[in-house]
Amino acid sequence: MSLPISGVPTTLYQPGQWPGTEGAGPSRLPGARALTRMVGAVRSNRKATAGAALLALFVLVALFPGVIARDSPSADAYTPRLGLSTAHLLGTTAYGQDMFAQVVWGTRTVLIIAFAVGLAATAIAVLIGVAAAYLGGLWDSSLSTLTDVLLVIPLFPLLIVIAGYAHGGGPLVLILVITVTGWSYTARQLRSQALSLRGRDYLEAARVRGERRAYIIVVELIPTMTSLIVASFLTNALYAVLFASGLQYIGLGDPNTQSWGTMLYWAQNNAALQTGQPMWAIAPGACIAALGAALALLNYAFDEIGNPALRPVRRARGTRAR
Amino acid sequence: MKFALRRLGFFVFTLWAALTINFLIPRLMPGNPALAMLSKFHGQLGPGALKALDILFGINTHQSLPAQYVSYLHEVLTGNFGTSLDFYPATVSSLIGGAIWWTLGLVGITTILAFALGTGLGIVSAWRRGGRLDSILPPVFVVTSAVPYFWVAMVLVLIFGITLHWLPSQGGFYVSTDTPSLSLTFFEDVLTHAVLPAISLLITTIGTWILTMRNTMITTLAEDYVRMARAKGLPGRRIMVDYAARNAILPNLTGFAMSLGFVVSGAILIEYVFNYPGVGYMLLQAVQGEDFPLMQALFLLITVAVLVAILIADIATALLDPRTRTAR
Repeated sequence: MSLPISGVPTTLYQPGQWPGTEGAGPSRLPGARALTRMVGAVRSNRKATAGAALLALFVLVALFPGVIARDSPSADAYTPRLGLSTAHLLGTTAYGQDMFAQVVWGTRTVLIIAFAVGLAATAIAVLIGVAAAYLGGLWDSSLSTLTDVLLVIPLFPLLIVIAGYAHGGGPLVLILVITVTGWSYTARQLRSQALSLRGRDYLEAARVRGERRAYIIVVELIPTMTSLIVASFLTNALYAVLFASGLQYIGLGDPNTQSWGTMLYWAQNNAALQTGQPMWAIAPGACIAALGAALALLNYAFDEIGNPALRPVRRARGTRAR
Repeated sequence: MKFALRRLGFFVFTLWAALTINFLIPRLMPGNPALAMLSKFHGQLGPGALKALDILFGINTHQSLPAQYVSYLHEVLTGNFGTSLDFYPATVSSLIGGAIWWTLGLVGITTILAFALGTGLGIVSAWRRGGRLDSILPPVFVVTSAVPYFWVAMVLVLIFGITLHWLPSQGGFYVSTDTPSLSLTFFEDVLTHAVLPAISLLITTIGTWILTMRNTMITTLAEDYVRMARAKGLPGRRIMVDYAARNAILPNLTGFAMSLGFVVSGAILIEYVFNYPGVGYMLLQAVQGEDFPLMQALFLLITVAVLVAILIADIATALLDPRTRTAR
């Protein structure tokens, strides 16, 4: 979508006032209409509704873990290796910790990592992708080369090496390294879309009326890309969940963090599968899979919103391996 | 030709970038962790081995950073990655030489299988659009693409290895009863050990091939030349394979290279779950044992493998599709 540019009285323009959106209530921000449309689209798409509901459930659990799980996740206060029961929904670990509490409290760490990386990596991707497309020339060549180089260097081994030198690290270290290495895929997508928008009339109009470049990029160009930016956020969040869990699983996270990946690490260390405690590995893994599925389903829906050609029921969709 | 040269240029540039990252990471970390680790070994290593490690990790602090960089590049480009610390006195190169065949066999064969199977299923699914296959596969694989590789592997170990006892779930062969040889029994042994890791990789990677192939194929089937072929009354099989699939397979070929990086990454964790004696498991052992020379060399090896694959796929795509030669 594009903002209604035709008939904008340039001299009378006031920031925050968007001709044509006066009736839209409080949604005056650029891109707000796109967001409203997206909410509508999510509600009308079954896959997206399922994804959104699942994600909302995880967010709720992350916000109020203490309400859902009464037990402490770290206290080794119970009999070790208990099976499933009403007192311990998922049983206890070899250390006598309540597994249900661990899963519930772990949700918070995972979601913090997912959202932080999603936001930060998307911000970098937007900055670099859009700047490359809009500025063109030498800027484009150098920023695109940077993106492409990072895109082809295998990320997970790189993450392992960095985390290895850093002697593992808490969530903050994980967020930092995954963000720094992980933005390139979405930057490339954003660049191609910005490139296709570059010649549009409304951008030309803004240039003619003498707006600054930064203004055109931030106020005119980026809002029209809202759906792809949301899709980028979801992609980055999904990879953050998978990468962070993988790193924690092999012991490169802080093993004292409450997190699903850390649970898997302890399960592996105690040979949980071999010693008849499969729930120790299955529960956190299933949560990672469910959260990943929620993000992937939402992403699939936003792809359709961003690209009208994909919208019909019988859609042709080009997916690409990362 | 110009295209090939440009891709080659990008290859060299990326390789240089990877080398430089590898050079900078330990030196940028607070207190150079490699230095702290290696100084512990100073009493135990021979002088020759020590010198190489000094150069690779910048122990020789009286050298300036650019000078260190030059000697580092020299060591790496001449294939001298130093001595392993955990497996001393084995050199890093000899250790990797032993492990690489396991990974190449497992990941290589599985990737080709996944590509062939996935592309085939994608073709059929698009051809019989709306059919039973087509209504089941896409939604299932949107979800499986989000499931962690290693967790699928753990579930398979639990079901087929531990509960049913159908297949071995640890290692590359029975270490206690079998020795590597060119015999049929050893071959069988290796094969049964590879089944579960291969299936884990297959399950988690095949979806991408199916979806990409199906969606490109659907676009291609709407082209005029396909309609023309139908109008001429050509047999359906011929239209499907020679007209539509042949043109629709290009994105999958490019994806083949792109995904190799991902498969290598995923295989690291799968090798870890199965204690499979490949380079991925070795990388994790090296990280856990703080064997920095081995870790550094393995990262470079994996990167080079992925880069070579991408270069080959780029050139193959250019040979197969003349449009890409001018488009880039």
